[in-house]
Amino acid sequence: MGNTAPELKQPPAKAPASHPSGDKRFKILEVHMKKLQFKQDALIEVLHKAQELFGYLEDDVLLFVAHHLKLPPSRVYGVATFYHFFMLKPQGQHTCVVCMGTACYVKGADKVVEAVQNELKIKAGETTADNKVSLLTARCIGACGIAPAVVYDGTVTPRQTPESTMEQINKWVKS
Amino acid sequence: MILNDLIAVKEKELASQKKIVLRCCMAAGCISSDSKGVKEQLEIAVTEAGMQDEVEVRGVGCMKLCCEGPLVAVDPKNELYVKVTAENAPSIIASLKGGKANVEQTDPDAAFFKKQLSIVLANSGIVNPERIESYIAADGYLALHEVLNEMSPKEVVEAMTKSGLRGRGGAGFPTGLKWGTVAKSPGAKKYVICNADEGDPGAFMDRSVLESDPHSVLEGMAIAAYAVGADQGYLYVRAEYPLAIARLHLAIKQAKSLGLLGAGIFDSPFNFNVEIRIGAGAFVCGEETALMMSVEGKRGTPRPRPPFPAESGLFGCPTLLNNVETFANVPAIYRNGAEWFAGIGTEKSKGTKVFALAGKIKNTGLIEVPMGTPLRTIVEEMGGGAPDGGKIKAVQTGGPSGGCIPSQHLDTPVDYESLGKLGSIMGSGGMIVMDEGTRMVDVARFFMEFCMDESCGKCIPCRAGTVQMHNILDKILKRKATGRDLAKLEELCDMVRNTSLCGLGQTAPNPTMSTLRFFRNEYEELLQPDTFGAGATHSQPVTK
Repeated sequence: MGNTAPELKQPPAKAPASHPSGDKRFKILEVHMKKLQFKQDALIEVLHKAQELFGYLEDDVLLFVAHHLKLPPSRVYGVATFYHFFMLKPQGQHTCVVCMGTACYVKGADKVVEAVQNELKIKAGETTADNKVSLLTARCIGACGIAPAVVYDGTVTPRQTPESTMEQINKWVKS
Repeated sequence: MILNDLIAVKEKELASQKKIVLRCCMAAGCISSDSKGVKEQLEIAVTEAGMQDEVEVRGVGCMKLCCEGPLVAVDPKNELYVKVTAENAPSIIASLKGGKANVEQTDPDAAFFKKQLSIVLANSGIVNPERIESYIAADGYLALHEVLNEMSPKEVVEAMTKSGLRGRGGAGFPTGLKWGTVAKSPGAKKYVICNADEGDPGAFMDRSVLESDPHSVLEGMAIAAYAVGADQGYLYVRAEYPLAIARLHLAIKQAKSLGLLGAGIFDSPFNFNVEIRIGAGAFVCGEETALMMSVEGKRGTPRPRPPFPAESGLFGCPTLLNNVETFANVPAIYRNGAEWFAGIGTEKSKGTKVFALAGKIKNTGLIEVPMGTPLRTIVEEMGGGAPDGGKIKAVQTGGPSGGCIPSQHLDTPVDYESLGKLGSIMGSGGMIVMDEGTRMVDVARFFMEFCMDESCGKCIPCRAGTVQMHNILDKILKRKATGRDLAKLEELCDMVRNTSLCGLGQTAPNPTMSTLRFFRNEYEELLQPDTFGAGATHSQPVTK
């Protein structure tokens, strides 16, 4: 989606029962919204669910949510771009999240990020061209006792070094 | 549920307790070092040894010494095994019959543990956070019963005021006064919100409390709701804490099924429901007005106060907002009495404070100490000083809103006023130790980059000021700055501090100002001579 705003379509008078694409994930998302009684203040909860289902939030998903919660698309887009947790671009097959909290930083997390950036030729927040690995940084995952911590595909791993991180990443690259 | 039912649950739980209890840490830190595998193997080893009737393997919350995880404690032998692996399990179980396990141990009576005084963390590492019965066996929900049956809301507020508890989120506002203001605010609908958006990098106290003892927070919220007249509560938790969220969901479900949350708690007319709201990674949402916007499903931007949340908060209703540690203190205060609590700590800062000790220090983990404990005791005696014989240079408290306290001030007692005098703040409790290898200008830039990225963009001083300050710090580090840049930096610090809308901007210059105050020489060493016309240019804005 990048930095351009989604096309502002007029919401239809009556929200469609589900998505015309027939993608079942839209149905699941709709059921989730129903469970939350289509409450507008549950927007962030709904976006969490959408990201869990789709991996990231594309225009179509945001518009779908906007229609069902009867919110202007601008409001949904505004919320999705405000919070760091929401991804507007697809992620690679594997994600490597390096914690850059203070404790991890003073113990060398910056060197871990640097090593991965040099090795994969991508910057933090980007995905490799073959779509295999995404490199991300986190503000603080609260694992300061075992700093520096890196999260590989959702698994928090303690006391990482540039070498141990590259070892894990090379396994992914070769797979 | 009535009192007798609660006592029955407690007695049943205590009666079923086995002779030997192996407590296995199941908080996020130890889980990442495979404590789940350790617990599984311990259970298998117990079965194989045929000791199921006398040994219980209990998954518990944080046992505080996070750097040595996974931790396993043996009761009543008072042994604490560290860095346990799944392969060690048979050896530990064999040692229960006599002999010694071939596993590294640490002294449970070492200064790190002995100097602690646990109120908030009293149950942490003892009770099973996934079973409400375990919490009830430790006198859980007794305080809620007493409050509902024997005290009027006014008396509850008075007791809180008497206890002297101050908000543990950072600013240290007197909790009793806050409760009293919300209680007095007119309105049929009121809310209680627990701020569990622990955004400070380097702080993990609230995560540990939620993972280790979620019921104490729920009980504290229920007592607060009764005091102020609210019937709906929200727990705003960071999305980065999936385990804490899962345990809270479970705790709420269990409390509801026993009638300790929901309608007619303890057969009284008091109703209280709690919903979880998950954050989405925005540091500014720790600010109370921004947090309420986020709970309403909007962009988390702060608004000017007044009106204060106590008068007009969530959905325009009077709202009480406290953080996790504040609520976790509440049950103990009503169980043991306000006088007991007021007897701990210093004259103006009562009770204890939990700190997350991390960085360049030997023992990293969680500590809870009485207010007024000197920093030196925490860092040198409990923390064991810098690793590998290094020298401690400074202690950073308060995260991006706090400051660096240099080693010559280590004898400062830890309380709200003393830390404030040194240009730092108590903050929520992150304590990062830095050694001689840490460059202070780099630290200042690190925090400024954080504030720059996290600025919500609503007010100009913070949005533009943090970018300009970051650029100057960057320029200094690249040895391209002159004295005039430094003067401009100080000017900007003052401007951003005094003119920003919310706490994020107002405190963003703190790390820079405190390092300038105590480590000015490190800045000056990086400066270029001030030649006419050179170096005094305005820094370039960053295009993102």
